[in-house]
Amino acid sequence: MMPFNAHAPIALVNARLIDPAKGVETRGGVFARDGFIVAAGGDVGAQSVPSDAQIFDCAGDVVAPGLIDMQAFVGEPGAESRETIATATAAAAAGGVTTILARPDTNPPVDDPAVVDFLKRRARDTGRVRVLPMAALTRGCEGREIAEFGLLLEAGAVAFGDAGRSLRNAQVMRRALSYARDFGALIVHFAEDRDLAGGVMNEGEFASRLGLSGVPAEAESIVLERDMRLVALTGGRYHAALVSSEQSLEIVAAAKKAGSRVTCGVSINHLTLNENDIGDYRTFLKLRPPLRREETRRALVDAVASGLIDVVVSDHDPQDVETKRLPFGEADFGAVGLETMLAAGLRLVHSGDIGLPQLLRAMSTRPAEILGLPQGRLAPGAPADLIRFDPDEPFVVDRETLHSRCKNSPFDEARMQGRVKLTVVAGAVAYEAA
Amino acid sequence: MSQAAPRPSFPHRHLLGIEGLSRPDIEALLDLADEAVDISRQVEKKRSTLRGRTQINLFFEASTRTQSSFELAGKRLGADVMNMSVANSSVKKGETLIDTAMTLNAMRPDMIVVRHSQAGAVHLLARKVDCSVINAGDGAHEHPTQALLDALTIRRNKGRIEGLVVAICGDILHSRVARSNIILLSALGARVRVIAPTTLLPAGIDRMGVEVFRDMRAGLKDADIVMMLRLQRERMNGAFVPSVREYFRFFGLDGEKLKLANPGALVMHPGPMNRGVEIDSEIADGPQSLIREQVEMGVAVRMAVLEALARNLPNG
Repeated sequence: MMPFNAHAPIALVNARLIDPAKGVETRGGVFARDGFIVAAGGDVGAQSVPSDAQIFDCAGDVVAPGLIDMQAFVGEPGAESRETIATATAAAAAGGVTTILARPDTNPPVDDPAVVDFLKRRARDTGRVRVLPMAALTRGCEGREIAEFGLLLEAGAVAFGDAGRSLRNAQVMRRALSYARDFGALIVHFAEDRDLAGGVMNEGEFASRLGLSGVPAEAESIVLERDMRLVALTGGRYHAALVSSEQSLEIVAAAKKAGSRVTCGVSINHLTLNENDIGDYRTFLKLRPPLRREETRRALVDAVASGLIDVVVSDHDPQDVETKRLPFGEADFGAVGLETMLAAGLRLVHSGDIGLPQLLRAMSTRPAEILGLPQGRLAPGAPADLIRFDPDEPFVVDRETLHSRCKNSPFDEARMQGRVKLTVVAGAVAYEAA
Repeated sequence: MSQAAPRPSFPHRHLLGIEGLSRPDIEALLDLADEAVDISRQVEKKRSTLRGRTQINLFFEASTRTQSSFELAGKRLGADVMNMSVANSSVKKGETLIDTAMTLNAMRPDMIVVRHSQAGAVHLLARKVDCSVINAGDGAHEHPTQALLDALTIRRNKGRIEGLVVAICGDILHSRVARSNIILLSALGARVRVIAPTTLLPAGIDRMGVEVFRDMRAGLKDADIVMMLRLQRERMNGAFVPSVREYFRFFGLDGEKLKLANPGALVMHPGPMNRGVEIDSEIADGPQSLIREQVEMGVAVRMAVLEALARNLPNG
């Protein structure tokens, strides 16, 4: 990452400040020095900040904490043809994401302190935003032996998961939860029964008409239900990485009500798209878990609005053209999303389904709280990770102009509102729109 | 085929599926196919309708009967026909689909007939080429010329399709023939039933405009047409049904079960048959069977499709 000091103080003034941590909105500015917020509020204006400060007049645009994305694939090490930390963080900065939790299922996987260290150094040297390593839950992400949680935490890992590989063995999950608890570590799990999830899209009438094999919601909920029992048994801390169905919402709600230390996330794709968007076999919409029905999408949006779903992630998953320009059944899963996550989320704000502070809370404050980070709020002492955007500014997504190495965006040619104009990481400008 | 009759219009560049065709589109093809039957029954079977046209049969999945049917159809209309069989084992699956499409496109064919094991593969290919594309079967999605030949066979034997009860029986889940037939026969006013164990029924089948039966005897009652589907070998032994003998006992068509259908009920099968698995030999070869006639109608329907699409080609 960039050197986090040695910058002039920075001030974003004349802004519509939204602090999702407090749920308040005020007219004013933010002043930061040495990478941290010094003051935020109505009394911060162009006149009140020191003369050596770099001042941005935001002309009434929203200024909010930078987004924290709990699930993105950054390509390093081992998949640099798909993405690098440089390109992923360029996309992130352009999309208003100031912290990325990098997926551990790389090659080699992040199951060794040396790989955590490698990622931290690469992020420092080539990244525009913060990249935090998630470490493997099991050695090699193979689901058999638990990883060295203690050593990995010491090296700088912030959570543990096997990304796209769901843990089959309940005994391994039980021990992982128990052992991680001793270290206060968070387990992030993608709940999927691999046998039931053999299909390529949501099971139902639409899949049947297309002649494609389906994945039922139970492929997710059966494993999630198992995990909730194990969380209750062990007292471990668990985050369901991607929920996609009403069944999963019920399961998480019950676990939360019972006092388990459980949180969950949803991908931006599942909040803004449904299975019908696959249309004529569009492989950019081939996702895991699969896009579900419109009723399900609405239920997921409601759950973000109510706070039942804690976190919204990009689930950024760059895929080469060669693995997407194939018949639907043979194409790889995944979509890029870092750069379009905020604008896609704003669709829900514009449609009146969710308030802007609630959306930003699920994209910054809650991830920070779950990961134990000081970000996600506009308060003195917090890291100066800030974004400026006009939520109404219209634009059309052109995948060719995206910063990611891969262009597999399900939102290509989509009309959106709310492009990021300025991204500040640790008090320094990481991105400024032309 | 006959120059005097007014040419029924078929406003499509490709034939990718029955989905998207109107009832007049379908009827126009069937009328054209009736004429093609007459041509095929003459000594002089060759026409010059497609003279100068190039037809490529691109089969990623082996199929002797469909490929030869398309080949014969093209040749009878005077086209130059080239067969390309790309065995799935010899190419890394799918990887060559677009490359193959681009390569073939550069040879300037007028029509490409495609079969592929993946649903949607033919749509993908159609987006990359300049010529007309005919779907000869894509995964579990559609097999439009099979449904057309089935409809032609029914119409010629029953004089109509409207109001008939058609029971499609067997592996509906994996069957492109079933999907195309459900759409086509429903569009022409038939009452379509599907009969299968639940493990061989696709999700949401009840919302596709059909009556669903898990009991073959109940499903065959009052049926005018009994259409049997092939059950592939790898699906017989424990994966979707427990065993061949159990399947034949409950879902195989034998003389006793056929008696439950209407007295004049006719039996169809898209082939190739598994005798003794889904259909008893006596029925397959019996007086109620249309199975051999289906093969003849196959050539006629494919001639009709080739001609209808050729009319919409540049300089057509």
